[in-house]
Amino acid sequence: MTTNNKYAVSPEGYYGDFGGSYIPEMLYANIENLRKVYIEISQEPTFQEEFQVLLRDYVGRPSPLYLSKKLSQKHGAKIYLKREDLNHTGAHKINNTIGQILLAQRLGKQRIIAETGAGQHGVATATVCALMGLKCIVYMGEVDIARQAPNVARMRMLGAEVRPATSGSKTLKDATNEAIRDWINNAEDTHYIIGSAIGPHPYPDMVTRFQSVISEEIKYQLKEKTGNENPDYVVACVGGGSNAAGAFYHFLDHESTQLILAEAAGEGIGSGRSAATSILGTKGVIHGCKTLLMQTSDGQIVEPHSVSAGLDYPGIGPLHAHLIDIGRATVHPATDEEAIQAMLYLSREEGIIPALETAHALAILDKMTFNPKDTVVLCLSGRGDKDLNTIMNYLDQQ
Amino acid sequence: MTIRKTILDKGSDILNVYCTAGYPKLDNTGTILKSLSSQGVDLIELGMPYSDPLADGETIQRSSQIALQNGLTLDILFGQVKEAREHTSTPIIAMGYYNQMLQYGVERFLSRSHDSGIQGLIIPDLPMDIYERDYQHLFVKYNMEISFLITPLTSDERIHQADKLSTAFIYVVSQTSITGKQGVISIAQKKYFERIESMNLVSPRLIGFGIHDRMTYNQACKYSHGAIVGSAFIRSLDVENVEGSIETFVNGLR
Ligand SMILES: Cc1ncc(COP(=O)(O)O)c(C=O)c1O
Repeated sequence: MTTNNKYAVSPEGYYGDFGGSYIPEMLYANIENLRKVYIEISQEPTFQEEFQVLLRDYVGRPSPLYLSKKLSQKHGAKIYLKREDLNHTGAHKINNTIGQILLAQRLGKQRIIAETGAGQHGVATATVCALMGLKCIVYMGEVDIARQAPNVARMRMLGAEVRPATSGSKTLKDATNEAIRDWINNAEDTHYIIGSAIGPHPYPDMVTRFQSVISEEIKYQLKEKTGNENPDYVVACVGGGSNAAGAFYHFLDHESTQLILAEAAGEGIGSGRSAATSILGTKGVIHGCKTLLMQTSDGQIVEPHSVSAGLDYPGIGPLHAHLIDIGRATVHPATDEEAIQAMLYLSREEGIIPALETAHALAILDKMTFNPKDTVVLCLSGRGDKDLNTIMNYLDQQ
Repeated sequence: MTIRKTILDKGSDILNVYCTAGYPKLDNTGTILKSLSSQGVDLIELGMPYSDPLADGETIQRSSQIALQNGLTLDILFGQVKEAREHTSTPIIAMGYYNQMLQYGVERFLSRSHDSGIQGLIIPDLPMDIYERDYQHLFVKYNMEISFLITPLTSDERIHQADKLSTAFIYVVSQTSITGKQGVISIAQKKYFERIESMNLVSPRLIGFGIHDRMTYNQACKYSHGAIVGSAFIRSLDVENVEGSIETFVNGLR
């Protein structure tokens, strides 16, 4: 895990104007302790050894880099899919939960909590807790419990307790609120495994580092396949921003690699039912960090909407807010409808059923123009088994 | 009179009652401020309802949500306080989250708070070092007192920092929890209160979180200058008889 310089987090936890740690005093000791030890612990040889072995033998890494002929033809560029959907548990989320569970063990924590939207992070957390024999409680919005039912069943199967979040829009934001409140109530014995590149410092950086294995692999895989380790574009969907951060990480300082984010426009930017944070958001504080978020002029957080539970979040990770702010990353929105069409396309043309979150990244390819010589790597962050109910309902209504 | 002077003049048994602005009805704010004052409450903590109050339990979450549904905004809140100020002089410390202040504009927020008659602020997710670096001079400029929180997990070094920076009182969070717990005060909590008491801090101390009846209020007063009662008060409010329920509640405490 090498660190880049220009885009690295500052010692105080900032990316430009974004980031930091805005938390009630009740969590200060935990966060401060994490901040002091996260780099040191995760760089210990025994940690690295265990982390690498688990990523290889348990998760199944490296995940393949697959040249999609159909997408390449359709978009007139060489389009590679980074197959995070083939990881154990079916998404990139497990890269981070493996790292954080090893950290939690070394911190002597006995109880693990997590928030989840799509359920992929919840499943990945329940999985590592089963593996390590730690108690696991996952907070999930009531709306998401209904729309991602298969993942709720998986979490229960793995021995985790799924607690519904019933406030607000009953989605990811509210699950995160509940997890933070749980942590305040159980500050001493509990570690909170945040599932995205959000939260107070050091979470965004810690999650990014654990996910950076994605771009580390892309680099050498691309070199093997094309002779050049740097793509022209890296494309990823962004909820909080963990798969995007992992896929971007080792290309951040390679300025000619364009970094492209797909965000959820929901029913349309101006519809009032959207989660397009980079367009609808302004600077503020959510879940302990300064970033872009959807809010009223009075600073009340606006309830977002996306068909995809993992992108149905009114904020964005502070690293991404910064990359967007300075023009290093570009964002394209994709609507619910566009994402569903892209999901159907990949399923029927490539035989790969992507997650609805990931489908947003696929959908924005239509909004970009490529040069035939361009190499594009798209982070196929997860598989779509969990979304089949949503899609079947959609097809039935057509 | 300032919040700090109010506490120091009386010296003990300070009763600070928390209410959520705009709850249960939008225009109850003024009524509640006035009746708390006429019941002889020493300080009032006025909650500025927030959509995502991380440090609050279900009771305050719910009251905040209802207040927002009732249409409460910061401008309405400042207007309500200003109006109530014509009838009451009980010091008010407002409690809100950092994002509210940030989005409203920090200087505008402080100036409006001051103009309406709010004397102090509690912003639980505003870190002390950021306050000191970016905002302390503005709090001084607008004559705004501030209280920082300490918990059983706060280091001595940070307690001294909170003591130095707090200009109203130190908010002694009785346990590491969100608001609204209803247990008895444990031996561990008493030891914690004694530890803080023995630190000879400059700022007066009020104990809050979980103070919900006469017994817990009296116990808190034994170890500090007084106590803050929040969720229990919100639960006791009767929409049909706001003033009556306030009288009953305050009489039940002391
Ligand atoms: C498959 C998949 N992709 C993407 C996301 C979005 O999260 P992030 O932006 O942290 O990668 C999720 C979140 O649930 C997910 O399950």
